[in-house]
Amino acid sequence: MSFRIIVLAKQVPDTRNVGKDAMKADGTVNRAALPAIFNPEDLNALELALRIKDQRKDCEVIVLTMGPFRAAEIVREAMYRGADRGYLITDRKFAGSDTLATSYAISLAVKKLEPYNLVISGRQAIDGDTAQVGPQTAEKLNIPQVTYAEDIPEVTDTHIVIKRRLELGIETVKAPMPLAITVHSSAPDCRQRVAKLLMKYKHARTVTELQNETKDYTELYNQRPYLQIDEWTVDDLHADVEMLGLSGSPTKVKKIENVVFAHKDSKVMTSSDEDINNLMKELIESHVIG
Amino acid sequence: MNNIFVYCEITEDKVIADVSLELLSKGRKLASELNVKLEAVVIGTDLKDVEAQIFPYGVDVVHVADDKNLFPYTTLPHSAIVLEIFKHEKPEIAIFGATSIGRDLAPRIASALRCGLTADCTSLEFGDHFENKTQTEYKNLLYQIRPAFGGNIIATIINPETRPQMATVREGVMKKEILDAKYKGKVKKVNTAAILKDEHFVVQIIERHMEASKVNIKNSQVIIAGGYGVGSRENFKLLYDLADVLGAQVGASRAAVDAGFSEHERQIGQTGVTVRPKLYIACGISGAVQHRAGMDQSAQIISINTDLNAPINHIADFTIIGSITDVIPKMIKYYKANSK
Ligand SMILES: Cc1cc2nc3c(=O)[nH]c(=O)nc-3n(C[C@H](O)[C@H](O)[C@H](O)COP(=O)(O)OP(=O)(O)OC[C@H]3O[C@@H](n4cnc5c(N)ncnc54)[C@H](O)[C@@H]3O)c2cc1C
Ligand SMILES: Nc1ncnc2c1ncn2[C@@H]1O[C@H](COP(=O)(O)O)[C@@H](O)[C@H]1O
Repeated sequence: MSFRIIVLAKQVPDTRNVGKDAMKADGTVNRAALPAIFNPEDLNALELALRIKDQRKDCEVIVLTMGPFRAAEIVREAMYRGADRGYLITDRKFAGSDTLATSYAISLAVKKLEPYNLVISGRQAIDGDTAQVGPQTAEKLNIPQVTYAEDIPEVTDTHIVIKRRLELGIETVKAPMPLAITVHSSAPDCRQRVAKLLMKYKHARTVTELQNETKDYTELYNQRPYLQIDEWTVDDLHADVEMLGLSGSPTKVKKIENVVFAHKDSKVMTSSDEDINNLMKELIESHVIG
Repeated sequence: MNNIFVYCEITEDKVIADVSLELLSKGRKLASELNVKLEAVVIGTDLKDVEAQIFPYGVDVVHVADDKNLFPYTTLPHSAIVLEIFKHEKPEIAIFGATSIGRDLAPRIASALRCGLTADCTSLEFGDHFENKTQTEYKNLLYQIRPAFGGNIIATIINPETRPQMATVREGVMKKEILDAKYKGKVKKVNTAAILKDEHFVVQIIERHMEASKVNIKNSQVIIAGGYGVGSRENFKLLYDLADVLGAQVGASRAAVDAGFSEHERQIGQTGVTVRPKLYIACGISGAVQHRAGMDQSAQIISINTDLNAPINHIADFTIIGSITDVIPKMIKYYKANSK
């Protein structure tokens, strides 16, 4: 019996560093101008998984990511840090999926990896901050969920103890497995890449990526099965297409508006003693303060 | 048309949470617009007379699930009860607080009912929709409005086909308003014994350390908010000094919280609290839309920024061009000099 952990990780545009060129003239988002990164809380999720692996010889950590071809980078990045292997769920038919359709696809992939002990995801992805995919995947798998984990003080064959970070404090819970966990940013930072693993996995490729490689490379790839990152499509998942993409997404975007500033006539002043003295006087006289 | 439901949270002090009362106030308005009833769901332990806290907000029906194991909140029992109620009542709309609890519960419910859910809405209103593909006209859909994608856009989300239309809303976004102190609704007791099973209690709470919220920036008349431009945790002390003199509270932008200058509880904006003080002093805050979503209804805004072109200046009544390290000590000095 092995102890299997599935980590859900998403590649996201780095919305924390949105530059001026992030918006196109027509008001749409210029995704190309935003670097694609490993969703920050998914790194916390990976770390909690790897800490369990540190403690248990029988533990296997598998990364699962859904996205375009280039999201294979997430699988490699996770392997550099200690994950055993990973899968990329990718298909045009997934395009336009909202959280419900996404969690449906992810739950089918998780089921293919049964039996598993834990499904660990980040609390939320920074591109939308919805925090819905974790709990929705748990529901689709019909397993309990523990959200906002910051530490896992105890793991045995039958149960797990989790410390949760809530708005107003800390709660510690004990849960059976299989279980879905979402991880909060207050969990430990993810360990860095390990040089040895980087060397080992830097040539890991999906079948699609392999098409751009040379023949020599393909030979190497075939000799070393650990270099193969599996791609799963709608067919591999035996998914009902009606439940994917736009048709499987009950939420529709009705309208996108550019943010228009309601310009006020701002009184501009300097930081001189005189200006600030006058401002404070004015605020006190108009009873805004004081 | 069916009714509007609000899931009400119980706080550590065993009262209905503020965020839930805010949502009831909003729910009341939406229900009146559609000419339907407003219903509340309260799940907890020892809930005797809980209805008295919520009827004044205009609640027509409250579903009370009172059982010894329902407080503190755990996911599976609460979702089993909510699902059972929703399956019977088929709500048109269901609103949850965007809190630790609401964000744990609502997605689970939405997934089980296969319906749409929009997180962190900043505004909810009704509107129509014409679906070209199917040539179908939809009347009075819930427009779920939220900033999206780096805050450069405001998205309006709809769920034309699925019910309930579900949304979460953060604390402070809606205004808490008593409709009528004498308003009386109906209490419906939920038969918890028929719903709850042992398997709902597999996740056990073994320890809890909860604190009452230390900071209450939401109700403060004057807020001094610091951003990334404040530069350090030490510089944030300047903001506390000014807050002390003005009797104000200190808030922060997300960039300031992420940089460790301030605590998360103080974060203002789309993913923090929404505030409407008499005076908002934005110190070293550029004014991204997610930040403005939480403060643009302040009666007066002062921006202190080294950059004349910072977007926050466009919504400020007064813009002081300068560094906070220079400006704030002067504000303290001249406030003291001028206030008798
Ligand atoms: C989904 C999502 C949700 C978000 N939710 C929130 C939210 O709830 N709240 C929130 O605040 N943000 C939120 N953000 C982040 C938001 O987009 C901005 O990144 C953030 O508000 C920027 O914070 P800031 O203005 O402090 O920092 P910056 O944008 O870095 O601005 C710093 C400002 O300080 C000025 N400055 C520099 N030095 C000085 C000085 N010495 N004196 C005076 N001024 C100086 C600069 O000119 C600049 O204008 C969210 C983002 C996303 C993607
Ligand atoms: N496309 C995806 N591929 C893999 N994991 C995902 C994906 N989308 C969401 N997740 C996981 O679900 C969490 C919550 O995402 P969200 O609901 O989008 O905020 C993320 O932190 C990931 O762990």
